[in-house]
Amino acid sequence: MSRVLVGVKRVIDYAVKIRVKPDKSGVVTDGVKHSMNPFDEIAVEEAVRMKEKKLASEVIAVSCGPAQSQETLRTALAMGADRAIHVEISGPEYETLQPLHVAKILAKLSQDEKADLIIVGKQAIDDDSNQTAQMTAALLDWPQGTFASKIEKSDAGLTVTREIDGGLETVKTKMPAVISADLRLNEPRYATLPNIMKAKKKPMKKVSAKDLGVDLAARIKVISVEDPPVRQAGSIIPDVDTLVAKLKEGGHI
Amino acid sequence: MIKSIAILISNLNKTNIISQAKYTTSVLPQFSSEKYAVKRKNFGILKSADVEYFKSVLSEDRVLTDESDVLPFNIDWIKNCRGQSKIVLKPKTTDEVSQILSYCNKNRLAVCPQGGNTGLVGGSVPVFDEIVINLVHMNKIISLDDISGALVCEAGCILENLDNYVRDHNLIMPLDLGAKGSCHIGGNISTNAGGLRLLRYGNLHGSVLGIEAVKADGTVVDCLRTLKKDNTGYHLKHLFIGSEGTLGVVTKVAIHCPALPKAVSLGFFGVENFENLLKLYKSAKSSLGEILSAFEMADNKSISLTVENCKLSNPIGDYPFYVLIETHGSDETHDSEKLNRFLSQEMESGLILDGTVTSEPAKIKNIWHIRESIAGAGLINGYVFKYDVSLPLRNYYDLVLTLRTRVGDRARVYGYGHVGDGNIHINVSASKYSKELYAILEPFIYEEVAKVGGSISAEHGVGFRKPQFIHYSKDKTALQLMRDLKQSMDPNGILNPYKVLPDVPDIEKD
Repeated sequence: MSRVLVGVKRVIDYAVKIRVKPDKSGVVTDGVKHSMNPFDEIAVEEAVRMKEKKLASEVIAVSCGPAQSQETLRTALAMGADRAIHVEISGPEYETLQPLHVAKILAKLSQDEKADLIIVGKQAIDDDSNQTAQMTAALLDWPQGTFASKIEKSDAGLTVTREIDGGLETVKTKMPAVISADLRLNEPRYATLPNIMKAKKKPMKKVSAKDLGVDLAARIKVISVEDPPVRQAGSIIPDVDTLVAKLKEGGHI
Repeated sequence: MIKSIAILISNLNKTNIISQAKYTTSVLPQFSSEKYAVKRKNFGILKSADVEYFKSVLSEDRVLTDESDVLPFNIDWIKNCRGQSKIVLKPKTTDEVSQILSYCNKNRLAVCPQGGNTGLVGGSVPVFDEIVINLVHMNKIISLDDISGALVCEAGCILENLDNYVRDHNLIMPLDLGAKGSCHIGGNISTNAGGLRLLRYGNLHGSVLGIEAVKADGTVVDCLRTLKKDNTGYHLKHLFIGSEGTLGVVTKVAIHCPALPKAVSLGFFGVENFENLLKLYKSAKSSLGEILSAFEMADNKSISLTVENCKLSNPIGDYPFYVLIETHGSDETHDSEKLNRFLSQEMESGLILDGTVTSEPAKIKNIWHIRESIAGAGLINGYVFKYDVSLPLRNYYDLVLTLRTRVGDRARVYGYGHVGDGNIHINVSASKYSKELYAILEPFIYEEVAKVGGSISAEHGVGFRKPQFIHYSKDKTALQLMRDLKQSMDPNGILNPYKVLPDVPDIEKD
C-alpha cells in the first residue's frame, strides 16, 4: 500500500478564449474562469482509482499558487483525494513560478509526507512546459514513467505504458517513482454531490515555499507572449480557370 | 504537445460533427409530395428565361441549378421531407431579395425562404419545385450598441457566430438552442425559436426590437428600430415572428442582448420519478429565483440512447429521470451560496438522488452537449418521429407513457424538454419510416394534446408537417384572421406554400 502525491495546477479553463495582455507580458487572467489543468484531473483520477483498488492507502493533492488554488484542491478532494496541501504563492512570485520551483516543492513534500508515488499531468495547458515530472524525478533520483497511458502494479513496482511517437512503449519502474499522466490514461469522473459536500470538510494544510526551503527566484525570463497569427480569410472562386489565374497572380505557379 | 490538447478538445467535441451533419446521400428520403400525398398548386414553372433573369440580378455563382448542388437544399436535416426544387438563389442584399420576390410574384413562381435548414417540421425545404431563397450570404453584423444591448444584423447570420461576437462585448444572445452552430437568426425569428434559456430571457416576441422584411410583391417593410418601447400603431414586427416565411422574408433583425452573466453554474441530477421532478422545479423557482436560467429534463431512455449513440459518457449514474439546472448571475459567491443551500436541502429531502454540479466552463459545455445531442441521437438508429408540444405541467410526462403503451415494441419512445416552459419533446425512434407507425402516432398525439388544452407545436412551428392539425390548437376565427392576413400580404400565395395554413376543405372536413 502506498501513499500517492498528486500535483494539481489551476489554469485558465480550456473552454475560455485566451487574450494576450496589451504589453505582451503574459495573458489576461483577471476575471477569467479557471479550472484544474485537464491532465492533472487525469492524474487525480488515476490516484483515486488506485485507492479504490486498494493499491494506494492515501491520496494527497498539492497545488502551488494563489488563494484561489484552494478551489482546485477542493475539486481534487471532491474527486476522491483524502487531503490537500496548498503551497501559497502569490503576486510577483507566482507570475514567475516555474517548473523547477514546483518540482523542488513536490520533491520536498514527497519526503515530508513519505510518499511512494507522485503523479502529475504531463503538462499544464497554459505554459505547456512538460518539465515538472522529469525534474521532480531527477531531484529525488527516482525512476520516472512519463506520458503514461496505462499504469499497472507489478511485483517490485509499476508497469507503465507510455505514449511515444508512432506507438507505445512499456517500461517497468521500481517504487518510489514519478509518473506523468497522458490523455488516454483514463476519463476523469465528475465529482458527485455527496462528495462535493464531503470535500468541504476534508483537511487542507497551508504552507509557504519558504517553509519548505524552496527559493523562488526566477530562472527563466519571459520575453514576450504573442497571439498566434490570424488565419487569413479564404474566398470562393467560381471555376478552375479563375483558380489558375489567381494562383498565377499570387506567384504560386 | 499542443497536438494532444487538440485531440483532447476534438474528442470532447467530436459528436458535434454528428449532430450537425445535415444529411447523408446514402439514403434519400421519399419526396414529401408522395409521402404525404400533396397536390401541386397552380404556380408558374421555372423557365430558362427566369434563370437568366436571376443570374442578371445575382452573380452567376449565387444561382445554383445543378441537380447535385440543389439537392442539400431540398432535404431537411432529419431526412423527413424532400422537395423537388430546381434552383437555389443566394441573395446578398435586401434589394436583391426584393427584386427576386417582385419577379416571382409577377410570374407566380412559388418560393421557399430558407435559413440554416435546421427546422423540424419541414417548413424550411420546398415541397414541390418552389424556388429556394437561401439567406446564407446575408451574414453581416450591422451594429451593436453595448450600452442598450441592441444588435442589428442581417438575417443569415449564424446564431453561434452572433453569440461569440456579442460575448466579446459582455453580452449574450437572448436565445440558445442545440442547432446554434448552423441555424440563422432570420430562421430563428421566422419560426419564433424557443430554446434552452427561454425560461430566463423570454421569447423572441420580447427580445426582437425590430425587423426588416420583404413582402411577396417585393416591398421592403422597414420596422428595423432598436427601441425597447415604440407604441406607434400596429406592432407589425410580430407578424414576421413565427409566421415561418409565409408573410414575408425577414432580411434584417434588431435584437436585444442581455448582459453576459459573470457567474454560471450547472447541475445535472438524477430524480426518482416525474412527481419529484415537478417538486424540484417548484423548489428551484423559489430557492434560486432570479438566477435560474434553465430547468431541463430528460427521461432515462433519452440519456441512455444519446450516450450510447453519440459515444458520450454520462457524468452521473443511471436514474429514471435527469434534470439539468443552470444559473446565470452576477456574483459567484452569492450564486454558489444559493445553489449550495438548494442542493443540500434537496439532497436531504430526497428529491435529488445524486448528481454533479460545476462552474467550470469546459464541464458546463460537456454537460450541455449531452442535453443538446438528444435531438439528433435517435437519427443514428434510422428514423425519428419528432413531436414538440406544450402541456400543462401536471400532464407533462403522461403522453410519453401513453405513447409507449400504444407503440409497444415497434419503436423507442422518449421525452425530454424545457420543463420551465411546459414544453416537452417526444421522440419516437424507429429503424425506418413506416406508414403503420405514422398512423398509430398521428393524429392520436394531437388529440391527446388538445384534450388537456396543450399546443400541438410549442416551438418548432407548423411548417409542412402540421397545418392539417393546427385546428387542434387554433379555432376557426383565429384561422380566418390568419387567412385574411395572408391574403393581404401575399395575395398570390407564393411565399412558402403548403405550409402553416391548411387548405380550406381540410378545415371543413374536420
